[in-house]
Amino acid sequence: MTSILKNRLFWPAAILVVLLVINMFTSQQFITVQDGHLFGTFIDILRGSAPLILVALGMTLVIATGGIDLSVGSVMAISGAVACLLISDADDQNSLGTVLLAIVIAIAVSMALGVWNGTLVAVVGIQPIIATLILMVAGRGVAQLITDGQIINVRSDPYNEMASGFLLAMPVAFLIAVAAVALTLALTRRTALGLLLESVGGSPTASRLAGIGARRITIMVYAVAGGFAGLAGLIYSADINSADSISAGNLIELDAILAVVIGGTALTGGRFSILGTVLGAVLIQTLRVTVVALDIPAEANLLFKSVVVVALCLSQSPDFRAKVFGRFKARPAVRAEVTA
Amino acid sequence: MGEQSPVLEMTGIRKVFPGVVALDGVDFRMFPGEIHALMGENGAGKSTLIKVLTGVYTIDGGEIKLGGAPVSIAGPLQAQQAGVSTVYQEVNLCTNLSVAENIFIGREPRKFGKIQWGKMRRRAAELLARLDLDLDVSAPLSTYSLAIQQMVAIARAVDVEARVLILDEPTSSLDASEVEQLFRVMRRLKENGTAILFVSHFLDQIFEISDRLTVLRNGQLIGEYRVEELTQVQLVEKMIGKELATLESLEDKAQRNRERAAEAKPVLEAKGLGRTGAISPYDLTINEGEVVGLAGLLGSGRTELARLLFGADKADQGDLRVAGKPVTLRSPQVAMRHGIAFSSENRRTEGIIGELSVRENIILALQAARGWTRPIPRKKQDEIVDKYIKALQIRPADPERPVRNLSGGNQQKVLLARWLITEPKLLIIDEPTRGIDVGAKAEIQKLVAELSDGGMAVLFVSAELEEVLRLSHKIAVLRDRRLVEELENTAGVDADRIMQTIASGATS
Repeated sequence: MTSILKNRLFWPAAILVVLLVINMFTSQQFITVQDGHLFGTFIDILRGSAPLILVALGMTLVIATGGIDLSVGSVMAISGAVACLLISDADDQNSLGTVLLAIVIAIAVSMALGVWNGTLVAVVGIQPIIATLILMVAGRGVAQLITDGQIINVRSDPYNEMASGFLLAMPVAFLIAVAAVALTLALTRRTALGLLLESVGGSPTASRLAGIGARRITIMVYAVAGGFAGLAGLIYSADINSADSISAGNLIELDAILAVVIGGTALTGGRFSILGTVLGAVLIQTLRVTVVALDIPAEANLLFKSVVVVALCLSQSPDFRAKVFGRFKARPAVRAEVTA
Repeated sequence: MGEQSPVLEMTGIRKVFPGVVALDGVDFRMFPGEIHALMGENGAGKSTLIKVLTGVYTIDGGEIKLGGAPVSIAGPLQAQQAGVSTVYQEVNLCTNLSVAENIFIGREPRKFGKIQWGKMRRRAAELLARLDLDLDVSAPLSTYSLAIQQMVAIARAVDVEARVLILDEPTSSLDASEVEQLFRVMRRLKENGTAILFVSHFLDQIFEISDRLTVLRNGQLIGEYRVEELTQVQLVEKMIGKELATLESLEDKAQRNRERAAEAKPVLEAKGLGRTGAISPYDLTINEGEVVGLAGLLGSGRTELARLLFGADKADQGDLRVAGKPVTLRSPQVAMRHGIAFSSENRRTEGIIGELSVRENIILALQAARGWTRPIPRKKQDEIVDKYIKALQIRPADPERPVRNLSGGNQQKVLLARWLITEPKLLIIDEPTRGIDVGAKAEIQKLVAELSDGGMAVLFVSAELEEVLRLSHKIAVLRDRRLVEELENTAGVDADRIMQTIASGATS
């Protein structure tokens, strides 16, 4: 029992369950079957959390190297703009081939932007927060240039499927996020990438002297983060059937960083937890939905959110836990063991 | 000294961590105006005792009396108020602030909330003068050497009315003359009645400066002695609890030299290799199965020389051949491809990755060489790691424990394991025995000897001449960032001979 309580992810998971239970009572349809699909608030939460999960995944890897990526929101905007421009220029917006091509090009552009970030950090040697700030600020301008300052509307059913469609009774957007999680897990834990990332984040100097090519790894990680942000941008723009350079991914970098931290990855780099990040992202999305479901007045939204976040952070602080829960706990049994 | 009453008296101190009894009924006392050495291997409980005394840990049993009155030290601030000040091994000052600011940080002289800069500088200068130091107190601390920084830390510590001053390994990164300077300051403080707790791994220093010493082993008190009562060998035996057979088996260096293969091929040849501002151009050849020792004072260019041979820094002149072929070492990765391994002197910042496990730290270099797409299968990792934990006696023998929780000596063994599994042709080890206990030191020296007997070339860098003399076939001496002499380690060569070269330059 104590070992479950001690797990860093126990309290975030507990809060998530509490929020879900609240939603179960407040919403008319928490989870039902309609037309062969799953519907309801719970499914909406899963679908709605897809962009944040994607962005936070990339953010996790970047943070593991000791970096940070502020430009993810702008990359989302650019990615959506590129895709919508390509689709709206096509003769047949409903052609699956056109949509797929647009998606591939948008993601390639996003990854290229990630490579730009990674190069600034790893080759030029600019601090990550500054290096990615450049694209964060400039990126929205680029997105507006792509769309000529307009909001580009598209009428493409295949494109819209990315956000609103269902496959095997589940929302497509959520399935995309699940696939991305699986891909990231395979990329980091089935290869040695995860270890090398944690090493670089733990100590860049020691890693270099151990022969790790930190430069290439860093660039790769920013590229992956860019790619995932691009994918998130596509889902966002498919959902509203247009490219909105101003509001796409606005301030999502902060939620993504929060999701990473809730998931137990330290901002200083090193050890990271992919599943922890997913938990964090779903929790944040659930919080968003709960605020609406509880009819909390709009002006108190942010306050409610911050109270929950503060409670979360406190629950993860060992000092705080020791003070509050320490007196209930029996002293751990002492095993005699001699360390050299 | 028996007539005085102790300023500090700790009795029956017990401290338990989950799974480990770190201190088990330890008694410790200090008298005013004495320098008291706390001795023990890594993991013996020295640091725990110090942390108990400074309020970092709370005790699970026993009593602490300061000046005769029982106290309970709940935190570092209370410790300071009670008159216990500490200077840690790693100087924790702000090098970008001025000397005066560092001394008075957090307790600046103020008037109406405004800092009185003039008064602060004046008082800082006075304080330093009392320690025989004449510094520009408004200069940034970073303009001074590590030794001076250490003394500024001491000045800061004693200004808060310290009755007990704890110096935790203050000398580990100082050279001989800096150590003398530090000792002068310590003697002066002693005359003023301060009790100084001194921790050092250098036995010579302990015997030079201390009045009394307390030995701990495995969290238990072994005894308190006056320095005159013990010889160095007796002290070491009390610390490790066994005879020094491992050390002595290495002593016959004449024999080692005879055993060296007559027809060894050179593994590495440097010609005029150098880097401006770091090390003057030097020639150096290292043969198969040969241990080449690098001797010289701190800052003489030992580390800089070694780093060029690993590509850790890039040489800007000269030629390098590895196995007869010319190479340019652009990065550590390139050097590793040529079979060169390098273990840095900065174990904590350039060696281990603290939060990763012992296993991950050991396989790191091999994994890096294979690239991220070819992970070492977990089963193979476990085999390799188990083998080296056993062979090098890494303790605790738990491959999944974060390496930062290991003692310094065991961390060093982990680093050696990291490089040994890459099967290098040339192993460069920079200060592998610094700051580690006597037992682990002997084991590492023995390992180096075995490796070279097995045909590996070793470049051994150390500030301790004894060690260089014991292990090396050939010794290169550095002075002022220049390789001044290279000599065969034959019967006539001893520490005096090398000291001469270090002091006066090349003799031949």
